[in-house]
Parts: sequence; C-alpha cells; structure tokens
Amino acid sequence: MKLTPRNSEKFARTVIWSAAFGVIGLLFFIMAYILIKGTPSLNWQFLTQSPSDMGRSGGIFSTVIGTLMVTAVAIVVATPLGVGTAFYLTEYTREGPVTRIIRFSAESLAGIPSIVYGLFGFIFFVMYLGLGWSVLSGGLTLAVMILPTIIRTSEEAILTVPRMYREVSFSLGGTRWQTISGVIFRAALPGIATGVILGIGRSIAETAAVILTAGSSLRMPTSLFSPARTMAVHFYILAREGISMERAYGTAALMIILILLINVGANVLVNKFVARGR
Amino acid sequence: MTKFREKIAQRGFMLVALSALSALALITIFIVAEGVPIIGKVGVLKFVFGMKWAPTQGYFGIFPMIVGSISVTLGAVILGVPIALCCAIFLAEYAPALMRNVLRPAIQMLAGIPSVVYGFWGLVFVVPAIRNYLGGPGLSILAGSIILAIMILPTVISISEVSLLALPPLYKEGALALGATQWQTIRRVLVPAAKSGIVAAIILGVGRAVGETMAVIMVLGNAVAMPSSILDPARTLTTNIGIEMGYASGEHQQALFATGIVLLIIIMILNSVAQFAFRRR
Repeated sequence: MKLTPRNSEKFARTVIWSAAFGVIGLLFFIMAYILIKGTPSLNWQFLTQSPSDMGRSGGIFSTVIGTLMVTAVAIVVATPLGVGTAFYLTEYTREGPVTRIIRFSAESLAGIPSIVYGLFGFIFFVMYLGLGWSVLSGGLTLAVMILPTIIRTSEEAILTVPRMYREVSFSLGGTRWQTISGVIFRAALPGIATGVILGIGRSIAETAAVILTAGSSLRMPTSLFSPARTMAVHFYILAREGISMERAYGTAALMIILILLINVGANVLVNKFVARGR
Repeated sequence: MTKFREKIAQRGFMLVALSALSALALITIFIVAEGVPIIGKVGVLKFVFGMKWAPTQGYFGIFPMIVGSISVTLGAVILGVPIALCCAIFLAEYAPALMRNVLRPAIQMLAGIPSVVYGFWGLVFVVPAIRNYLGGPGLSILAGSIILAIMILPTVISISEVSLLALPPLYKEGALALGATQWQTIRRVLVPAAKSGIVAAIILGVGRAVGETMAVIMVLGNAVAMPSSILDPARTLTTNIGIEMGYASGEHQQALFATGIVLLIIIMILNSVAQFAFRRR
C-alpha cells in the first residue's frame, strides 16, 4: 500500500480514534475492576462500624469521619484564602510585578509533589507549631495543597463575569467592596463552588501528605487535635500490608463512588454556569 | 463608615493574596533548613552521586534513586505522551460532539482517581501480568512506567488540547483551502504552531511523574540497588521519602528532607521551563 495522502489520512484517523477509545476503555476498566470487587463489601455495617483488629474486621466508620474532618479543615481554611487571592488578582490590581509573583507562587505550589507537602506539614505543623499528628495538621497541609486549585478556578470564574455588571454597580454608586460582595461574588459563585468541590475531591484522594501529618491512628478522632486516619490512608495500609483485601476493595470502591459524584457535581455546576453566562 | 470598610477590604484582600507566596516561602525554608545540614556533612557530590543508601550505617547516597526516578519517568513519557497527544488532537480536531462530551469528563475522572487506587490496580493487575508474560518479579520499572503513563494522561491531554484550540482558525482554514488533508493540516501546520504549548504540557506531565509517590510505592518493588533492566525493581526519590519517613529519626530523617530538596529543585526547574514555554505560545 502506497503512502498517499488519502492512505495516511485513513491511518492517522484510525490511530487517533483508537487512542481516544483506548483511554475511555481504560478508565472504565479500572473503575469497573475496583467497583465490581469492592461494592459487595459496601453495606450499612461496613460504613457505620469502626475498624477493629487493625482493620482485619469491622467497618471503616472512623476513617470516614477522619476524612470528613480533615477535608472540612482544608476547605474552611483554603476557600477564603483562595477566593480572596482571586479577587485581589482580578479586582484590585493591574497586571504587574505583584500579580506576576502571586501567580508564579500559585503555579509553583500546584507543581509541588504531595510527598513534599507531607514533609513540610510534618516539620512545620506537626513539629514546629507543635500540633502533633492531628486532624488540624493534616487539614492545614491539605489547605496549602488545594489553594492553587481554588485560586485558579475562582479567578477563571470571576473573569467570566461580564464587565457590564461592574460598570452598572459602580454607576449606581456601589463601592468596590459592595460590587465584589454583592454582584461579582454572586455571579461567579457556581464557578467558585466548582473549585471548592475539586478541592474536596483532592483532599479525599490524597494519601502521601496526610499520612505524614494526620497520622494513621485507627481511633475515632474526637477533636481537631486528635490524630486521624483517612479513607485513602486506610486503604493504602490495608492493601500494602495485605491486612484485608476485601476491606481494601470496599474502601477503594467507596472512594471511587465519592469522586465520581464529585466530578458529576462539578460538571453540572460548570454547565449551569456556562449556560447562564452566554 | 463606607470608606473605612473599603480600606479594611482592600488591606484584607492584599493580605490574603500573600498566602500563596508565604506558603511557598515557608515550604522552601523549612525543607531546606531541615535537609541542608546533612548534605553539608556528607558533601553535595557524595550525596547526589553516592551509590550506597544505608542511613542507619551512615551511608547517604541517592544516585540509584535518581536513576530510578529518571527511568520510570522516561518510561511513562514514552508510553503516555503519544497516546495523550492523539487524544488531544482527537478532542481538538476529529471528535464529533458526542465523543467529546464523553471523553472530556472521562479524562477529568481519570485525574480524580486517588493515586493509591492506581497503585493498587497496578499491583493486582499490571504486576502479575508482567511477572507472567515477561518474567522477573513483576514489581518493576516497567510496572511503574505503565501506571505513571496513565496518571500523566489528563495533564498532557488537557494542556495540549488548550494550546491546539488557542490557535487562530486562519491557520487551519488556510491549510485546508490549499488542498491539504486534515491530517496534513494537523501534522504540518497545527502541531508545529502549538509546539511550545505541547512542550509545556509534556514537561508538566514529567513533573507529575517525578512527583508521584503512593502509586509508585505499590508497584516499583522499592529495592535500593541500582536497577539494570526495566524488569528490575527500583526506588525513586519520592518513594524513598514515602517509605522511610514512617520510622526515620535523627540524621536519617534529615537525609529524607535532603532527598526532598533534590526533588524540589528538579520540580522547580521543570515548572519554570514549562511556564516559560507556555508563555511563548
């Protein structure tokens, strides 16, 4: 067969279409693999009983609570900082050295590996500030980690708010703060929420940074200062040490389902936002 | 009163905006301060190019792990980048709307799956397959490369797609009007024009691969020896920290922070190059 333009077009199409189908197939394969092996162990008892005997028996209740608490701390801390930074970058300054430095910092933070966040959280929050392995140390470490995501998505959301909104607000005598809090924030809220939801997803999924800062205690966390084990850490320990494959699959399936729901939620919000913006 | 509130708001936003910068500074300062003493004691060259890692006996050489990191990353790029570029081209040029609406969320989902889950899937699926069909222990550089290749797909695909879509439509229209086929247009016009964005995408993918820890720990075998083939187990800079932080203390712990410094330097270089390439678009 000669390599005529027509043939190479056909060949390229075949390769490119198969790559796309391959990626979709791979995703479904990985998810189906975990879900099929994991969903049978997902039942009410598994979710509401705390693990016993190092996780060999019992459920995963304390790790669900651990995950919720660590994630809540991360979101509560990172959201105001991230959204505030986005407003500062878009509404208070012109592009210049200051915005360049802030953007550079955020982009650099986004590239730092999670294990390095773990090292930092350990030496800074756990040791230097004396917070110990705790929900607070883990949550604060995650907050720094998801900060760039929230900054970027909020900034994009704010930039899609039409200029007219600002002009109308200013012409009605609104001050900058009134314009931001009353007009722009509301208009950009779905986009900002998307960033926060993605931050929740990353917090649930993270292992390396959390294991070094929140610890891996199986006891039920009772305050911000008690150590906690998240679902991801629990799954890692169960699977790596071969403690209980059945429970490992169950925990993984629960995480996959949560991440799936989070992704669907984020997409619904984005679509709503885009539909309204045009 | 309003004026006062305005001032407070402005100051507040400025303070908050410094959070990213201060976080970056704190991370750098604390990790460097913790790791530098041991590098000073061992010597930079002996630390980076030392062949033996036996921290309890006072040997702190991380060269085998640098080789480990480089080889899994290279493997991931060789396996992952061609597929990622095909997907990006598909999304930007070939995909009908329906396929685009399936593939985009699928890629987003791929990015959301926890890295431990990838590692676990590798352990129960990829590792046994390599052991049975190619020999060796299965836990190997190849297994790590395969898992990382999948994990860098979302990064490389989305950034390449953005750079392809950002091209002026005139480029494509011009090429097609001259009678070029769609593939000729893509290969000779669009991809070369989007080159710096695609390069940035690949570099950011490399950064993800170098930085990934938990997935790699589960499939790489974690041997400290220098690997001699892609079927050998190995250890990367990240997994060295991930495995030993749990029990290290004293100089051993400092040496892990020093490993973190090396990692941080590699990532900073990669990110700066990527940001530079992306700006030049």
